[in-house]
Amino acid sequence: MIDSLEAQRVISQHRGDAIVVTTMSTNFEWPQVSTNPDLDLMFSGAMGKASSVGLGLALARPDKKVIVLDGDGSLLMNLGSLVTIANMAPPNLIHFVFENKVYRTTGGQPIPDAGRLSFTGLAAAAGYANTYEFADLASLERNIEAVLSEAGPTFVCLKIVTVRERSPFPLTTFRSIIPRFRAALQRSSPPE
Amino acid sequence: MSALLTAGKIIDELRKCGITHLVWLPDTESQVVWEAANGQPDFTIVPVCREGEAIPIAVGLLLGGKTPVVVHQNTGFFESGDSVRALALDLHLPLLLLIGYRGWRRNSPITDSAAIFTEPILNAWGIKHYLLESDGDVGKISLAHKEAHETQRPVVVLLGMEIE
Repeated sequence: MIDSLEAQRVISQHRGDAIVVTTMSTNFEWPQVSTNPDLDLMFSGAMGKASSVGLGLALARPDKKVIVLDGDGSLLMNLGSLVTIANMAPPNLIHFVFENKVYRTTGGQPIPDAGRLSFTGLAAAAGYANTYEFADLASLERNIEAVLSEAGPTFVCLKIVTVRERSPFPLTTFRSIIPRFRAALQRSSPPE
Repeated sequence: MSALLTAGKIIDELRKCGITHLVWLPDTESQVVWEAANGQPDFTIVPVCREGEAIPIAVGLLLGGKTPVVVHQNTGFFESGDSVRALALDLHLPLLLLIGYRGWRRNSPITDSAAIFTEPILNAWGIKHYLLESDGDVGKISLAHKEAHETQRPVVVLLGMEIE
């Protein structure tokens, strides 16, 4: 099993100028390791919709990679997004799911079908171009460059250590970072 | 009865608004608009599996600099309610929605709860809305789009009849 923060540290080291969309627990952890906070979109509210926001961004900005750091409970709330993403097939979208088998932000209640459900299987069946599953940090480190460089949509399930303590909510609100995020995106626009 | 609201007029009006993406789950009222928009080089259609996906996809498109419109039925608007609240309303984003007004009748009693609850819910959430009943009304789409940008809020255009 992989420590959630260590997994994010590895992703951060390789994200370059990619947009990163976080949600729920990763909203709190990602800012601790992010190397490019202007292009981070910490997404809270409307639970389970980070993958859909990521799809919209990926379609709007095909010149930029978009990395979504999703939760397993969050994805279960929006499973249809796997089909929608596979159908639109944005090559620049990398969809990570942190499978810790619990709703961490509410105190660690188990998600439905925990441990039996295969998120990677669902993504593959939906039609993602690439699917990966990593259960140890060394495997993630060995493969992260390939994961981020392949033409997507790419789905990555990370088997994460189950932590039952509630993660604190970030002090920064989604709304307050939008002007900074939009300005950073405009600065990085491709030439007309 | 001849068609009073035609797909081509709606498409032309969306084009005037600079719409780039139609984020869409087809419904009875708007199905012909889908067919008219499909294959048009200046529109990308983003089909969704469930209406709740449409708002966050549109938000991603907006943040990325595109101009989406969300199209689905009033039943789907109810389904997507939390996304409307947490994203379009709380984030103050100028989102245009075309919503099929299932059950709406001008000249006979409304018995479908989908129609009965539509405008009261829009009013409760403070979402401005316009009703389209004929080709003469399609200018309301541009009006709604302009108002969404001026107020940085979602604005709804209700499709009051099946389009031909």
